[in-house]
Amino acid sequence: MFLASAKKLRSFGIIGMNQRNFGLISRYNPRHLYPLVDDKLKTKLLAQEAGITVPKLLGTVQYQHDVKLLQEILHSYDQFVIKPVKGSGGKGILVITRHDYNFYFKPSGDAIQLIDIKRHVSNILSGLHSLGGKPDTVMIESLIQLDPVFSDYSYEGIPDIRIIVFRGYPIMAMLRLTTHASDGKANLHQGAVGVGIDMGTGNALYAVQYGESVSHHPDTRKALSDLVIPHWDKLLQLAAACYEMTGLGYLGADLVLDRDQGPMIIELNARPGLSIQVANYAGLAPRVAIIEAIKTIEPDPQLRAAFSKKQFSVDSNIHPPRLLRTRREDPRA
Amino acid sequence: MPKLRLYTLVILLMGLGIGLILYKHFALGFPLSPDDKKSVWTIEAKIDFIARGDPIIVSFALPSETSNIVFIEEDFASPDYGFSELASPTGRRAQWSKRIASGPQTAYYRLSLYETDQINPLPVADLPPEPEKPEFDEVHKTAATTILDQARSKSANTEIFTRELISILNSNAPNQNRSLLLNEQSNEDYKTYLIINLLALEGISARIVRGLYLEDGRRRQSLANFVEVYIGNEWLLFNQNTGESGKPRNFLIWQRGDQSLLDVVGGKNSQISFSIIRNVHSTRNLVVRDSINRQAGIIDFSIYSLPIEQQNAFKMILLLPIGALIVVIMRLLIGIRTSGTFMPILIALALIQTTLLTGIIIFLIVVGTGLLIRAYLSRLHLLFVARISAVIIVVIAIMASISIISNKLGLSQAMTVTFFPMIILSWTIERMSVLWEEDGPREVFIQGSGSLLTAVIAYLFMTNRTIEYLTFNFPELMLVNLALILILGQYTGYRLSELYRFHSLERRNVSGKR
Repeated sequence: MFLASAKKLRSFGIIGMNQRNFGLISRYNPRHLYPLVDDKLKTKLLAQEAGITVPKLLGTVQYQHDVKLLQEILHSYDQFVIKPVKGSGGKGILVITRHDYNFYFKPSGDAIQLIDIKRHVSNILSGLHSLGGKPDTVMIESLIQLDPVFSDYSYEGIPDIRIIVFRGYPIMAMLRLTTHASDGKANLHQGAVGVGIDMGTGNALYAVQYGESVSHHPDTRKALSDLVIPHWDKLLQLAAACYEMTGLGYLGADLVLDRDQGPMIIELNARPGLSIQVANYAGLAPRVAIIEAIKTIEPDPQLRAAFSKKQFSVDSNIHPPRLLRTRREDPRA
Repeated sequence: MPKLRLYTLVILLMGLGIGLILYKHFALGFPLSPDDKKSVWTIEAKIDFIARGDPIIVSFALPSETSNIVFIEEDFASPDYGFSELASPTGRRAQWSKRIASGPQTAYYRLSLYETDQINPLPVADLPPEPEKPEFDEVHKTAATTILDQARSKSANTEIFTRELISILNSNAPNQNRSLLLNEQSNEDYKTYLIINLLALEGISARIVRGLYLEDGRRRQSLANFVEVYIGNEWLLFNQNTGESGKPRNFLIWQRGDQSLLDVVGGKNSQISFSIIRNVHSTRNLVVRDSINRQAGIIDFSIYSLPIEQQNAFKMILLLPIGALIVVIMRLLIGIRTSGTFMPILIALALIQTTLLTGIIIFLIVVGTGLLIRAYLSRLHLLFVARISAVIIVVIAIMASISIISNKLGLSQAMTVTFFPMIILSWTIERMSVLWEEDGPREVFIQGSGSLLTAVIAYLFMTNRTIEYLTFNFPELMLVNLALILILGQYTGYRLSELYRFHSLERRNVSGKR
């Protein structure tokens, strides 16, 4: 079959684009809070205030004429990442893993020159990657070091963990593994592997690439079923804490594991995508319904994370038909 | 409750929009199809007489407008005559006058009219006075009474009685009584008045009606006489030669009652003849003209009151909501990705000017060439604003070369390239090339063809004759369109593309259950 039946999708609790925009984003995410997450610099400062680990900020470039200072900022660091502050979907991110006097090397081994970096920076400043082409700021961050746990499961990049946090409760998680096809980026559209994660344990459940089921990493040929994410409790707690940090009721937290510093937040998203449902072979709707049924939100992120861990672990999640009914009967739905 | 408010608004908008459309259709007669045509009759009455050299007054009865006959134009022409239109209790009359004239004289009256489909109930007529008993001499009276008895014995009510009476008077069977009252030489008027008198003898009110059969290309016609009989609160028309009742099709009632059709003071040998021509006009044009003339509020304050040039501009502008609706449907229900939300509409607008195939070819050439040149520009390390400006100039250059080359090759169609909005093309090129760099050619292809597909569908709708006609003549449709878009804005179901996107989920879940 080429097309799924809408009835079946609904019975699995799959949330579609329209429902996400209408029932989740516009209802739970007040517009005025968007800048907190759309501006990565603000997110970073907020996270630091909240005591959440983030990649170290090495410098920023705000004005076109500061582009010539780039070499001074960069030359003391071997590795760095250049990002647009208001970029979305991983656009405009340039990763340099090492450099010598003349050349800067990307993870793929491609060499570029300083002038290429300068051009990239000035493109970002003039708004090439920002929403609506607004002028943007460039930030330079320290490079995250690949945790050895993932060394068998990633290709030329750092995998990240996307956790959907609804009203402060983590409800679904996905590990995104970089591949050759995705050019070292953890972007499912471009061919990264999405791995559904058991909320209870951090174990890999299923994996998809280009929407089709896979069992091994396409480049390293390692079986994905053996994958377990370490520091799982800490990751859930960090994600849950993003609710207090931003006030957004429906957000996607992108976290990474750094070899030296452990779990950290790299980005928050006020409009997280829906592919996570494909990677988990499960719909968001039943989980959203459970959280919507909670009257008072637990103020402690750690307790919320614990609740989610128990509630959404694979073992306790075997009765979707009943959950579906609660969702349907929700008068606001 | 925002939902309730929204639905109230939707119902309000829908009701208002549809209500206005129905009002314009039924009350003002706007046709719902652009091909609706009506016959317009042009009648020319020619009045000839010979003046005797005295002051002249020509008085001529004019037909009056009724609810289902609309006059488009009336003309009165007669050289050197003073003219006035008089209203008298029995109807309008035209009056030409002149101090001195001699020799053959001619006056013209020209009238254009069309019949509407409206069926308005006839107003309840005033009770006419009891008819005066006509004076017959003894012999005629006996004949009349016999005929009346004969008719009465065969009828049950006034209508049948009248029909019976007319058929006796017209029958060919030898009948002494009839021959006495009506002989071969008696003219139409005589016959009409005979019927009226006979009916009066029976106590039935009747009057003479003169009218004209509307037939295309007829010349030198004269008015036909009918008898109108007062039966049960209304007047019923009878054909005095056949006895058929009711107004025949394509028959214009010119004058009712005893007053003369034509009076000429100071002239002799007056004659009147009618000629009739039929033209076919678009109903919509007729209705618009009529409504403007009558100053119907809804039309007087509408787009029709604008100058033609602005009206043409609005013809295009009023199509935009249709394009917007298509975009909403394509994006929310189908889930097609387009580059830029409303770029497809702008492409569709350009396609309307260039025609479909030419437009698409030109679009592909300009964007394709633009992408190549943009790829080169990206190697020059330009700042963003400078680059997009450079792309605009390149686009203009491409458009100019297409025009010039196609002109040299004799392809006049390709010159319509100028209708594409340059800024939009430049933006498209810029976005597409960024997309190419970041997400690869596949995404460019998906979004590009999505935009083009949406544009083509919008184009097909926007160029549909009926839709074009309806949007322009029923701008109220915009309210209906708005209501539809508001409803679609509430749609939280799956997009068609999502059924594909999540199709692997279904398979997995089904196999998981086994």
